[in-house]
Amino acid sequence: MNLDRRSFLRLTAIAGGGFVLGLYEQPFAHAQARKRSGPPPLETRAFVRIAPDGTVTILAKNPEAGQGAKTQLPMLIAEEMDVDWKHVRVEQAKGEDKLYGFQFLGGSMATPMNWTPMRQVGAAWRQMLVSAAAATWSVPESECSTRAGRVLHSASGRSAGYGELVAKAATLTPPALDSVKLKSAADYTIIGTSRSGVDTPAIVTGEPIFGIDVEVPGMLHAILHKCPVFGGKVKSANTEVIAKLPGVRKVLIVDGTLTSDPILPLNPGLEPGVAILADTWWQAQNARASLNVEWDYGAGTFQSSEAFAQQAEEALQKPFDQTLRTYGDAEGQLQKAAKVLTATYSYPFLPHNTLEPQGSTASFKDGTLELWSTTQDPATLRRITARLTGIPESAVTVHMMRAGGAFGRRFVNDDDVEAAWLSKQVGRPVKVTWSREDDMTHDSYRPAATFGLKAGLDARGGILAWRQHYVTFGDGKRTINSGGIDPNEFPAGYTPAFLLGLSNSIPFRTRTGPLRAPGANGNAFVLQSFLDELAHAAGRDPLDLQLELLSRTPAAGFTPQPDNPSSLNPERMRGVLQMVAEKSNWRNRKTEKGYGMGIACFFCHLSYFAQVAEVTVNEQNQISVHRIWAVGDVGSHVINPRSAENLTLGGIIDAMSQMQQEITFVKGQVNEENFDQQPLMRMRQVPKIEVSFRTSDFSPTGLGEPMLPPTIPAITNAVFAATGKRIRTLPIKRSGFTFSPNLAKES
Amino acid sequence: MAITLQVNKQSHTVDVAGDTPLLWVLRDVLGMKGTKYGCGISLCGACTVHLDGHAVRSCSTPVSSVQSREVTTIEGLADTETHFVQQAWQEVDVPQCGYCQPGQIMSATALLSTTPAPTDAEIDAAMNGNLCRCGTYPRIREAIHHAAGLISAKGVGQ
Repeated sequence: MNLDRRSFLRLTAIAGGGFVLGLYEQPFAHAQARKRSGPPPLETRAFVRIAPDGTVTILAKNPEAGQGAKTQLPMLIAEEMDVDWKHVRVEQAKGEDKLYGFQFLGGSMATPMNWTPMRQVGAAWRQMLVSAAAATWSVPESECSTRAGRVLHSASGRSAGYGELVAKAATLTPPALDSVKLKSAADYTIIGTSRSGVDTPAIVTGEPIFGIDVEVPGMLHAILHKCPVFGGKVKSANTEVIAKLPGVRKVLIVDGTLTSDPILPLNPGLEPGVAILADTWWQAQNARASLNVEWDYGAGTFQSSEAFAQQAEEALQKPFDQTLRTYGDAEGQLQKAAKVLTATYSYPFLPHNTLEPQGSTASFKDGTLELWSTTQDPATLRRITARLTGIPESAVTVHMMRAGGAFGRRFVNDDDVEAAWLSKQVGRPVKVTWSREDDMTHDSYRPAATFGLKAGLDARGGILAWRQHYVTFGDGKRTINSGGIDPNEFPAGYTPAFLLGLSNSIPFRTRTGPLRAPGANGNAFVLQSFLDELAHAAGRDPLDLQLELLSRTPAAGFTPQPDNPSSLNPERMRGVLQMVAEKSNWRNRKTEKGYGMGIACFFCHLSYFAQVAEVTVNEQNQISVHRIWAVGDVGSHVINPRSAENLTLGGIIDAMSQMQQEITFVKGQVNEENFDQQPLMRMRQVPKIEVSFRTSDFSPTGLGEPMLPPTIPAITNAVFAATGKRIRTLPIKRSGFTFSPNLAKES
Repeated sequence: MAITLQVNKQSHTVDVAGDTPLLWVLRDVLGMKGTKYGCGISLCGACTVHLDGHAVRSCSTPVSSVQSREVTTIEGLADTETHFVQQAWQEVDVPQCGYCQPGQIMSATALLSTTPAPTDAEIDAAMNGNLCRCGTYPRIREAIHHAAGLISAKGVGQ
């Protein structure tokens, strides 16, 4: 599978969900405008430099925020080049899609989009080095082989290191990428072996590699104090007082360039506020404490979490605004059902909480802009900052700095926009660093949603029909960013009748955006919980009910396509379910009060995960999660196994943090400002987690996200097994539960 | 005001307001970027440094309160036996994004200096103030046990 831009666009279009397109259409539209046809424009030469001593420097094309692409993508090149990993140095590429093709952190797409092209780049380099050696020795290329950074001619016993051959190889035209021969998997020496992160030595010694660590000579430190209500403007502020405070060099009232459209895009423009620029960040931040601003709060003050909940309840009583998917006469089947279950589920707005807060450094000088950025999407960053500062895109340089977490937040380049604009205003380099409070109150939130669910069972306990009413925010026609739903989400296609309706008429005026496993992170909880409810109502094992559904002939339009990995393959889902059941000894689980096991699965981002959680719940409704078994199917190879395991552990723990968090609004303002109001998992709450991978014959897919969604329903289903109480509202405290603060004490 | 600090066994005199948090003196005045800002109010531990060997949150430590106490940051660890902790972090390959790890390592090092072979419960207690947004906790725990083994095998500190 070679996922070039066009096939990826097709793939996301087939997936069809608003969340997928909401996430990807902006960068892809840009990429498409640049290059209307053909595969990504990879410049083979740009990816590799070889020193005379044989040291190979490989450029890592994608942004790095902890997902491991900076190590893994060069591993693919090194494998096919046939170099020893210990002779490889990795360097972060600049944001330059003319050389490196599509550079993008998100959607767990680094692996599927680069699996073939990066190996081809490596093989093309190997080919050039072989050609150089063969020409030097006047022997046929077919008689030459390579091993660990050397070309060998075994017939004559000659060999030469890549460092000796590079001068000649560099004069050759690289072969077309689709013409090169790739290794057979049996010959891999790097793919499938664990390689520690290339930045790990720098991380553990505190080297300045993150965005927040950038120092540019002559720079000022800046904060932009923004209105508590998104988009509110400054009426007046005591700027003269602030300007006289220690270290303060400049105070600016910023009108901003925000769009007036309430359905906000990911990058809606510069937010208004008061900018304080000082010699050090602390001086700027400290000056903020003396700032008095009279705000024009604007049109967003109506936003209230209490009102939203009421509006969602009302919407559930009304007809859909749109029908997204229907087959098999669900309403009619519900009339005939032996048993009908109804339930309302909801989940909240969520922040990203990257531990490195938003921030960026910019230097605007003589009609050029240089940015040191943690963006997930350098191409969009170049486009919007070029437009903002009135220069051509070619005059914008993006240095990609390591990001202290991204999780979707850094698709929004608001920090870079602030830095670029301020640098142009003051004629000096400017480093913007958001405070934690700025970060939490001006995020691009994961949208909240409410679901009305109704399902009918036949006399034997089989599902007859599934009716799903999805309520989100919008203007009745358009949905807010990342608030859409994928109409193909399981069990769609696998119940005899299905109906999915959308209501998107609740107004909203704050920026939203993708959060790790967008859509799936909430929908897995809802769909996999309600399936568990149906199994219990039918008196059946939840595993059996899922396996039965996954063994049905899918409805028209849901048949898995061999060349389209975005459609659910029920065999792969059954595979991970059965394996996790074996690993966790699911069939022999004990039933006793206060103890329970729950099972859930989910397919998203082209990968399959099933999980079992084991919990105890005490009299105070404190949940202790003791163990989680996770089984993933990410295709034929797990490229960097230790890294894959680490990501999977982290995604599961992240899901447990998500279960405790919410963002709430009062009068348009976000209530939660720091980690005391936004619990993140701590070490003593972390369960034992056992991660396994089930290998399948499909091209490798990504691991940034797909482990996260099933964790939530696996735990809430286990809580039901332990207590008979169903968690239908997140965060869990809204359903009367908390996580035990100290697992060790409870066990 | 002029303040003299002992950081990583070197003396530095800085001219800053006395209420400036140690974190921002380290980062923006002394140019040591290894110590990280996460929350500003001692909730996340990203800014953890040692004062006379004890783990403290530098975001909430006014520089004027440091006085003659020895400040050790992540940059200063490599000069001491505590580099075994850094070695363990590499061998276990703990980091994902890596942003919290300097703070994690400083807390772990302080723990190991008083408790050379900590139990899981002792690790959990000592590390409770350090958040990892990526969820590398299982690896951090593994690395602390590994570091304890390295230190014990090399007879460090005996």
